[in-house]
Amino acid sequence: MRKWLLALAATALGSVSLAQGKLEIFSWWAGDEGPALQALLDLYKKKYPNVEVVNATVTGGSGVNARAVLKTRMLGGDPPDSFQVHAGQELIGTWVVAGRMEDLTSLYKSEGWLTRFPKGLIDLLSYNGGIWSVPVNIHRSNVMWYNPAKLREWGVTPPKTWTEFLSTCATLKGKGVEAPLAVGEAWTQQHLWESVALGVLGPDNWAALWSGKLKFNDPKAIAVWDTFGKVLDCTNKDASGLSWQQATDRVVQGQSAFNIMGDWAAGYMVTTLKLKPGEGFGWAPAPSTSGTFMMLSDSFGLPRGVKNRANVINWLKLLGSKEGQDTFNPLKGSIAARTDSDLSKYNAYLQSAARDWKNNKIVGSLVHGAVAPESFSSQFGTVMEIYLSSKNSRAAANAAQAIADQVRLGR
Amino acid sequence: MKWLRNLDSLVAVLTLLPSVILLAIFVYGFIGQTIQTSLTNWGKDPAQALAINPVLQFVGLENYKELFSGFIHGRFRQDLVNNIFFTVFFVGGCLLVGLSLAIILDRGPKGEGFFRTVFLFPMSLSFIVTGTIWRWMLQPAGGVNQLPAAVGLPEGRFAWLTSRQQVLQFDWNHLPLFTAWLIGLILLWIGISALRNAQVRRGWIAVGSAALLIGWAIFIGPRVQLLPFPEIHGFNLAFIGIIIAAIWQMSGYTMALYLAGLRGVPEELREAARVDGASEVQLYRRIILPMLAPITLSAMIILGHISLKIFDLIWAMTGVDNAPTEVPALLMYVTTFRSNIIADGAAIATILLLLVALVIVPYLYSQLRSEVRR
Amino acid sequence: MIWRVVQYSILALATLFFLLPVYLVVVTALKEPAAITLESTWQLPRVWYWESFAQAWSAFLPKLQNSFFLTVTATLLSAMLGSINGYVLSKWKFPGANIIFPLMLFGMFIPYQAVLIPLFQFIREIGLGGSLWGLILVHVVYGLPITTLIFRNYYAEIPDELVEASRIDGAGFWGIYRNVIFPLSIPGFVVVIIWQFTQIWNEFLFAVTLVSSPSSQPITVALAQLAGGEAVKWNLPMAGALLAALPTLLVYILLGRYFIRGLLAGSVKG
Repeated sequence: MRKWLLALAATALGSVSLAQGKLEIFSWWAGDEGPALQALLDLYKKKYPNVEVVNATVTGGSGVNARAVLKTRMLGGDPPDSFQVHAGQELIGTWVVAGRMEDLTSLYKSEGWLTRFPKGLIDLLSYNGGIWSVPVNIHRSNVMWYNPAKLREWGVTPPKTWTEFLSTCATLKGKGVEAPLAVGEAWTQQHLWESVALGVLGPDNWAALWSGKLKFNDPKAIAVWDTFGKVLDCTNKDASGLSWQQATDRVVQGQSAFNIMGDWAAGYMVTTLKLKPGEGFGWAPAPSTSGTFMMLSDSFGLPRGVKNRANVINWLKLLGSKEGQDTFNPLKGSIAARTDSDLSKYNAYLQSAARDWKNNKIVGSLVHGAVAPESFSSQFGTVMEIYLSSKNSRAAANAAQAIADQVRLGR
Repeated sequence: MKWLRNLDSLVAVLTLLPSVILLAIFVYGFIGQTIQTSLTNWGKDPAQALAINPVLQFVGLENYKELFSGFIHGRFRQDLVNNIFFTVFFVGGCLLVGLSLAIILDRGPKGEGFFRTVFLFPMSLSFIVTGTIWRWMLQPAGGVNQLPAAVGLPEGRFAWLTSRQQVLQFDWNHLPLFTAWLIGLILLWIGISALRNAQVRRGWIAVGSAALLIGWAIFIGPRVQLLPFPEIHGFNLAFIGIIIAAIWQMSGYTMALYLAGLRGVPEELREAARVDGASEVQLYRRIILPMLAPITLSAMIILGHISLKIFDLIWAMTGVDNAPTEVPALLMYVTTFRSNIIADGAAIATILLLLVALVIVPYLYSQLRSEVRR
Repeated sequence: MIWRVVQYSILALATLFFLLPVYLVVVTALKEPAAITLESTWQLPRVWYWESFAQAWSAFLPKLQNSFFLTVTATLLSAMLGSINGYVLSKWKFPGANIIFPLMLFGMFIPYQAVLIPLFQFIREIGLGGSLWGLILVHVVYGLPITTLIFRNYYAEIPDELVEASRIDGAGFWGIYRNVIFPLSIPGFVVVIIWQFTQIWNEFLFAVTLVSSPSSQPITVALAQLAGGEAVKWNLPMAGALLAALPTLLVYILLGRYFIRGLLAGSVKG
């Protein structure tokens, strides 16, 4: 512990350029998300010019490939200096419980972060008396996207509840829209499920599901599957062949009316498709979830036994700083986890998200690792498969509970 | 050569030794470790899953029991069914395409060399390349479905890789019943043909076991329940595209095998048959095809074991976590590296190994025995 | 006559089946990203767009280099070892050889999932974790059964009298190998090298689990990640697929005869 503080003091004193050696950053940010990471790495290089920064990116599948590679590295005794991981249970349930991470509480204290990040977020990052990672950004999961011009043309408005959604869906089908709601490959269907579940259950029961207080086979939770089934009837049949971007494209091109996707979709539409927020595309909270912010966050931690520990600590400090967060997030299309960021740097969508981040009730995402450990979330695909092949809500609910028991969810 | 008369024989053995040791470790040692892992609870407790020195408990065959009867492991059972269907259609398709092409090429059409090159070139590609190409070919609203449109017909609508339809459905609980009937009938056929050829002992043994199995299937089988609930499995239509891509890649192999076999049929034999008044069709049915039977068997076994191990092709075509097109080899990867349940991953790998061994070991045995006789 | 027509139409259909994907790869790779739509899949590109290849080349060059280094090293090592093993097993049969050989052979048929978990723990313990050298070791070891098999069958054709004569001239184990066996081995080496080159170049499972840092990734892994990545613009994966296929394709086209011999040898007896 003392050695740790000494190292901290040493790096704090020699604020520039004393640091040497390497720093390997492991992430799944590539393609459209690459420039945001690059800007951060550039900032780091400017501060610590003598450190060789290695950008180890593994692309694909919203990080699923990267996480598999990360595991082989960790099992193989070759941990990267710092790796991207979804804040919350994905980090805690996989790496913290296995004793592979260092506690960052003292870093939080020395950097004054305890008051800069919302308490709800710090709770998600904490376990067993420690804080285990530094969140770089916040994304919102429960957002519904639409094309304002097309909605006007069809004469419908974004539905506020799932009941309303289903009647809008019927209206649109009557007007020849084959699939009013666009979805893509397996994980995007689960993503849709979590918005349905949050809407049907409400934020408190959603949280109770993950603390183990509400069982998956409770009638309230079974009802989620009933609604989900009806929502699925509004979706495209070729879902599993589409990436999330292709599903978003369906809305932009007017083949579908709505798409429920995390707000990285805004980044895609602004940066890649060059659409203007509010004009080229519109957004609303997913039906029945207004006033709730279902969050997910990318974070970085400090694995035990890394080669370049001091450099990692400098990296984490940069990530948590206002400068770091405001460099990264406008490019990434996400908002800062800090509550004091400079909103003028962000686009219209992000400004609205940042307001909600401050005022809404915060809950965590299942698919993106905030509320459930990987052992649960990765097997949730099996639950989904049981539902899709049987259309039996009770069977799916029982399967979910069986997996929850198996992985000791909430214990 | 007289063994150990001299130093050289010793040198020979010592030279082979490193390879033998390496394979002993890398094949048998590691398989042993995997089996050992499959008998523990590694990963069932998240705190131990990725710990540096995990504390493991021995649980016996519990993981296997769970895989075959646990409620949430229905996915594994469907994967097994997927793999069996895939194997049957893929091997069947390759044999059919390969044999037809070989027969035609054997008759020496113009440009034979060109055709041979074309039919065989996919063999030199990686499954990843093939998968990438065919993934694009089989896009739901493009590729193959657009082909009819190119000649003015309405475009195809088949959801090649995304279909969720299942045909040939059956209840997992009836599996022992089907198996007993199938094996029983095969044994019966073997027994009767053996008796016809006056192989009395062999014949009666086969008939006797057949009677036992069929009797079981009639009187006890219908009441056997593997699971406490009905569980429907079947052939996922989303596999059709993958099967086509696999046939595209591998049928050249069967063609080459058959072609080599056909070239080995002496011309005199064909002439003799023709002189006897056999038509071309009869010539193939009565004389040439029976001569190719051993090749068919080899091809079935080689392709069968490849299809049980199929992994990269599906990865490239539909990704790693697309349940309708999943097979145990992929599930093993997902279970181990995504869900972190390493013991279950090891159990799935062991089951896969047993399946492959079931196909390969008798083959190796017979191949090498016939070699000794030769 | 009818038979002729049937025969050639089957050949034409089959050729179409085998070559259509090739056509599609090439046209897609040569289209501008914006011009790639599902409806115009089969049309020729309006503008020939060579940029995809430049992009794929610059993205894949390091991976191609990795693959070359990996494939060439592992192929040569496993061919050398296989040649010596084949020599021992065909010309120096010792008691028990008939048991050891099939046990060795079994190693080429196993599903590698069954060794995967202990394998990468072992590779870590000997200090090769995550690097290309670990992957090379793995390919050499699991390549031994097939290379040994091919050479053993090949050397079985060399008359024992030649070996005997050399022995009488006073040559020892290595002397015979050098003077008699090796000079006759060139066709065997060609077959084995082609076979191993293709296998290792195309391999995926070990590559995706054993190599972790992107800088030492082989081409198959890079291609799978590119094509499986999000927002697929198909021109790039197609150009990449062509680049990844080219080396083995060239080997096949130039040395097809030997390629087929390796293929047939793979079914054990040949």
